[in-house]
Amino acid sequence: MLNNVGRPTRPEEMDGEVDNFETYTGNKALNLETPLIFEQGEPGRVGVDLPEPKEFTDRLGGLSREGNIGLPDLSEPQVLRHYVRLSRQNYSIDAGFYPLGSCTMKHNPRINEKAARLPGLGDIHPLQPVETVQGALELIYELGEWLKTITGMPAVAMSPAAGAHGELCGVMAIRAAHDAKGEARTRILVPESAHGTNPATAALCGYKVDAVQARPDGRMDIEAFKAKLGPDVAGVMLTNPNTCGLFENDVKEIADLIHGVGGYFYCDGANFNAILGRTRVGDLGVDAMHINLHKTFSTPHGGGGPGSGPVVFSDALAAYAPVPYVVKGEEGYRLQEQVEGDAQDSFGRMKGNHGQMGMFIRALAYMLSHGADGLKQIAEDAVLNANYVRVGLNDLLHSPYDGICMHEALFDDSTLKDTGVTTLDIAKAMIDEGYHPMTMYFPLVVHGAMLIEPTESESKETLDMFIGSMRHLISKAQSGESPEHFTQAPRFAPRRRLDETSAARKPVLRWTSSAS
Amino acid sequence: MRYMPHTEQQRQEMLQKVGVSSVDDLFVDIPESARVQGLLDLPNHMTEMEVDARMSAFGRKNLSPQNAPMFLGGGAYRHHVPTVVDHLIQRSEFLTAYTPYQPEISQGTLQALFEFQTQVAMITGMDVANASMYDGATACAEAVLMACRATRRKKAILSGNLHPHYREVTETTVQFTEFSAESLEPALDNVENLAGKIDKDIACVVVQNPDFFGRLQDLSDLADACHEAGALLVVVVTEAVSLGAVKSPGAMGADIVVGEGQSIGVPLSFGGPYVGLFATKQKYVRQMPGRLCGETVDQEGKRGFVLTLSTREQHIRREKATSNICTNAGLCSLAFSIHMSLLGEVGFTKLARINHGNAVAAAEKLDAIDGVDLLNDSFFNEFTLRLPMNAEEVVSKLAQKNILAGVPVARLMPGEGYDNLLLVAVTETVSDSDVEELCAGLKEVLNAE
Repeated sequence: MLNNVGRPTRPEEMDGEVDNFETYTGNKALNLETPLIFEQGEPGRVGVDLPEPKEFTDRLGGLSREGNIGLPDLSEPQVLRHYVRLSRQNYSIDAGFYPLGSCTMKHNPRINEKAARLPGLGDIHPLQPVETVQGALELIYELGEWLKTITGMPAVAMSPAAGAHGELCGVMAIRAAHDAKGEARTRILVPESAHGTNPATAALCGYKVDAVQARPDGRMDIEAFKAKLGPDVAGVMLTNPNTCGLFENDVKEIADLIHGVGGYFYCDGANFNAILGRTRVGDLGVDAMHINLHKTFSTPHGGGGPGSGPVVFSDALAAYAPVPYVVKGEEGYRLQEQVEGDAQDSFGRMKGNHGQMGMFIRALAYMLSHGADGLKQIAEDAVLNANYVRVGLNDLLHSPYDGICMHEALFDDSTLKDTGVTTLDIAKAMIDEGYHPMTMYFPLVVHGAMLIEPTESESKETLDMFIGSMRHLISKAQSGESPEHFTQAPRFAPRRRLDETSAARKPVLRWTSSAS
Repeated sequence: MRYMPHTEQQRQEMLQKVGVSSVDDLFVDIPESARVQGLLDLPNHMTEMEVDARMSAFGRKNLSPQNAPMFLGGGAYRHHVPTVVDHLIQRSEFLTAYTPYQPEISQGTLQALFEFQTQVAMITGMDVANASMYDGATACAEAVLMACRATRRKKAILSGNLHPHYREVTETTVQFTEFSAESLEPALDNVENLAGKIDKDIACVVVQNPDFFGRLQDLSDLADACHEAGALLVVVVTEAVSLGAVKSPGAMGADIVVGEGQSIGVPLSFGGPYVGLFATKQKYVRQMPGRLCGETVDQEGKRGFVLTLSTREQHIRREKATSNICTNAGLCSLAFSIHMSLLGEVGFTKLARINHGNAVAAAEKLDAIDGVDLLNDSFFNEFTLRLPMNAEEVVSKLAQKNILAGVPVARLMPGEGYDNLLLVAVTETVSDSDVEELCAGLKEVLNAE
């Protein structure tokens, strides 16, 4: 059928091959390329109008910069277009389902963004006199109170800048507590399924990492754990729910055992989303736990940060918490900024200023929006969604551990054996289906791991479509008919598979002008 | 609850599919004695309108620099951020993406990081930079760890004129490692014998430029002394705008440059999140902490970018990693990069000249006040004044007049006898009338004594 200017309007009536059609510009309709910013500059342009500098005699002590820096000069619309084009080459939670296990990619409410930019919050200086920032200190204090109530813990350190920084905070407190007792303990027990940050953190605190194996049901092997206990053990770092998406049901016994040898219990709170309002870690015997505000409390991931990782402490470790912290007094709020007085046992300062205030604002807005009822609903829907995905796929994919999972569903690659299709290939084929892939090859204890965390933000309709699409892909892979469908994926992303090997072998980490 | 899509009926259907009769059955692994009965002792959920009002109320209790002439620095500076910057970083595709582990659908973040790394390397005068750190102070601590690894030595010397937060964070970070950091006393007379401290056991010397008191110094001789002894020179820059006017650390012989990038594109936000800068020489690339983005090609030969050299990082190397860092300052580094792209060569160097010019003019006016002395021979946009009375009291009294006068040095360096010293920063956001107001207010406070 032709329209009134005689053009064919049905694809099958069109001539020629659509696939692999190259355009003059390299763009493909809405897929718009942009060169490096350095390739777009032209002297004489400017993107910010500035007033003329005052006439002055320079006081730089003879240290004026010489020569050009090499920055490109562009106008505002060019810069805007550059970054808009770049943004369109990214997948995002706003645009689609992002089931990245252990990362908790949930909805990022925009009221939180608005709050972080309010006058008096987004624009105040960290070293203003405390009487001019009482609202800011009150906000930090109140967020801390919420975190203490949610976790059932008596103390909180707000300054750590991210999850791994929070781990460092927790383990430093453990080290400081042992040092204060004059005990030189050397080992820290870490299950083999832990995030890499756990052993890296323990090493920074001078501890040897002793890995504890898992039981066949995916939990830490408590018998192996017992066998490793001794007077030289400083503590245990346990992720709960763990990285296999399972609740460590021996957690109270583990706490008793570690306390029995004079050690401390560090809980990695990366997966806290699953247990919000259902249990309080204070009731599980935990001595320290970091909370990723950028996961559980939805401060956006921002393409890899900034994060925020406050740490809650038991009474046993509270005295060693880092400075600064907010103190509520009769005449308002103040900051304890130095290691002295009430803070004399503090292990020190971990970060410039007082913590990730912008993240605190967003997290508190998120908590207020949910309240006690909503926080509990988060955990329930997150766990329900993960189990719904699990039962939707576990006849085609193998779950290494039977039964109910928490916030994420874990599969191995055993049902892909001999198909010529790997976990990586499945992930890349998911990209063509319009999804961000699940976490792959983590945890390391499961072969070809696929870790799927839907979060509470996703509707049943989204999950049904996802399950359908995964079933389609897995069945197709298992049929062995067209492995190239997978090995050649992704086809429709802004880039095909990238050569990561040569990127690492001959690293090119910056642009350089071809003239130089 | 507006953020959760399930209807009650859907929840029931899903529970049935999962094969359990109630949601409680999904939480049976939690020990019975530790299960929360009912709800936590917290208020129930709020409407967006209520949250908005509650958050605004926090803001109203603070004195916003929008309503007060503002002269605070000390490692965080008020600069004008073009509107485009905040608009762009709030685009969904930047704001709500994860770390770019799937490069085919993360080229936006990756190319922006590659451009950020290039900009940071250019302004610091170094070969390469990483994709950012938490902030300047943590970047400083990581630089010391890296210098110890690279030289296989165990001790760092920190200048006494280093920002106290940077010193404290570095000391905290190394305290349980095999490495150590020795800090010198602050030197108000600017006579500090760092070179004399260097011997064959020293991994690095850490020095700030401009220093905490705002003074500039040529570090070339110190760099030579370091290199002669096989040690590295780590240069800290807490005011990134200064790099538009001052000779770069790279040009003075620095081996590692770390700094705070907040001044470019990132709001003050009561101290965080900010963006740590980390740059070094090509030969130390594999010793660097943090994420690195590198250029490569895809299978069709198109240029693309990936995270690279990840064998340094914790998710591969675990306890042998160069750092435990996982997250960087993603969105803040993007803001930095966009602002820097808008400024360009012309804008960045001009912005620096405006800052310096404003500071020179303000310093002259303040120095002319009876009893007030300017201590700096040299400075960029921040300088130290000696007042005839306690600086904290002066600042407090001026705050009552809605003037944010500066940072009392003793707040960050207590117990050093610096009670009368005031650190004053003057950026492009400070107008002539702001300076008039500060001078008048200061005279009033001093004369009332």
